Amino acid sequence: MSARRIRETPNVLGALGGLVWVVVTIVPIYYLVLTSLRRQQDYYVENPLLPPADPTLDAYRLVLENDFLRYLSNSLIVTVAAVVVILAVSLMASYYLVRAGTPLSRGTLRLVLLGLAIPVQATIIPVYYLIVRLGLYDSLVALILPAIAFAIPISVLIIVNFVRDIPAELFESMRADGAGHGRILLALVLPLSRPALLTVGIYQALQVWNGFLFPLILTQSSSVRVLPLSLWTYQGQFAVNVPAVLAAVTLSALPVLAAFIVGRRQLVSGLTAGFGK
Amino acid sequence: MTIDRRPGAAATHRTGPPFWLAVPALAFFGLFALLPLGGVVVLSFMEWDGLGTPRWAGTEMWIDTVTDPDTRAALWRTVVFVVVSYLFQAPVALLLGVFTAGRQRYRAAFAVLYFLPLLFSSAAIGITFRSLLDPNFGLSRAFSPGTLTTNWLGDPDLALYAVIFVVGWCFVPFHALLYQAGVRQIPASLYEAAVLDGAGRWKQFRYVTLPQLRYTIVTSSTLMLVGSLTYFDLVFVLTGGGPGDATRILPLDMYLTGFRSYQMGPASVIAVLLVVIGLGLSLFLSRISGSGRMQSQQAGAA
Repeated sequence: MSARRIRETPNVLGALGGLVWVVVTIVPIYYLVLTSLRRQQDYYVENPLLPPADPTLDAYRLVLENDFLRYLSNSLIVTVAAVVVILAVSLMASYYLVRAGTPLSRGTLRLVLLGLAIPVQATIIPVYYLIVRLGLYDSLVALILPAIAFAIPISVLIIVNFVRDIPAELFESMRADGAGHGRILLALVLPLSRPALLTVGIYQALQVWNGFLFPLILTQSSSVRVLPLSLWTYQGQFAVNVPAVLAAVTLSALPVLAAFIVGRRQLVSGLTAGFGK
Repeated sequence: MTIDRRPGAAATHRTGPPFWLAVPALAFFGLFALLPLGGVVVLSFMEWDGLGTPRWAGTEMWIDTVTDPDTRAALWRTVVFVVVSYLFQAPVALLLGVFTAGRQRYRAAFAVLYFLPLLFSSAAIGITFRSLLDPNFGLSRAFSPGTLTTNWLGDPDLALYAVIFVVGWCFVPFHALLYQAGVRQIPASLYEAAVLDGAGRWKQFRYVTLPQLRYTIVTSSTLMLVGSLTYFDLVFVLTGGGPGDATRILPLDMYLTGFRSYQMGPASVIAVLLVVIGLGLSLFLSRISGSGRMQSQQAGAA
């Protein structure tokens, strides 16, 4: 409901409902952080919703001593590599798809957008087969390639919508000045579609960073383990040391939380772009 | 904002960007998304243990899998999962979206908090809730002994609903964002006219907000239904399908059949079923939203 009406009584019911969902949202996160600060032996005796009597960072130290930084760097490598390639190939393709205006380009766009309807989960068996056949099983590259592929439809959709709004005259005048397509791409399309690239980049970074399915089926050694999968294995490794497991969970979310604090607006628009129209 | 400036065909034919610019994107997309989609259909007619060479098996895998009572049970569980998830997520997301579209300060602050679940990986959320819902050491101990000691994830009658709640916790914020954006696009003049007509808060919601959100409702519903049909990650981390088979929905059934029992053929059959049901569902939803029928449906629903 729009709030631009002045003579209105406050919406008490709405506020109460909103508050209920705040509690529902916050309690698990509050519990997560609180428990990660508890001593292992206190976990069994203290009230889980009250602050620890004797807070400690022991759990975090244990996690950091158990290869957390390696998993973090694996996640960083996979995310950065995937996002850079996604942005580059999607931008190139979008320039072609918007400006070519041929039956081939229109057909290609339709084909790529059809990809929006492919459920990733349903393709994991052939993806696994392909990765094994290519000899890439259990490597970081195995995680990067499918992540790029499944990111392309939505990325192209968002970028194409943006490139379309670049006035045709700008392209034509650059052509008239003798600029090649590579130059137009770098000097015109790239700078003008920066907001779309930022949106796509943020959205895909979050997707790849938090992705669980591909790491689960395409890797097994700890040397190529990424963060979400490491949480799963920490759970087996630390077993009864629940504060340590939850410290790992908290640590894994910290980079994203930092990004959220710095660029909340971009993150929010990144998540809904492509669907909000 | 999607004004199509299609330049004259003749001019662009000479000067338009070359096809090779699209080749890298098409190569990735074709090799790792489109090809696997076709591949899963082929593999559903094969016998393969995940290690050796796939062997042709004809329709055997299909007949075995489709007539298997376990598959049917998983299918039914999936229907319950999808429907109950929708009945939980859709109203909550709609109300939260409308709520956070308001410009009050406290609502903006609430909206920041609502967003938080979107930052966590499904592994992180699954592990946190497993611990939180633990009957011995989780939330239950926060209150006096004897209350809330329900074993949410361990009771076969409750586990599926507990999973549905956690999945909802995870996805409601995203859909609330869609609704928030939708509500903010509704012209204020519509509300002003409604107020002049003496419409109260409920009538404004019922006769202005809901009909104006028609397309957002369709988009969000499609994403919710098709998304939960193929949802896997969080259920896997929370319960792994258990206790017994209580939460073994189809996508999980596919994973466990393929990567735990090494029966890639039957697993591919389930994958094809998921694709077909998913596509059918999206087509059906876009069909009913394309005509005027959606409007009357909403009138009936509200």
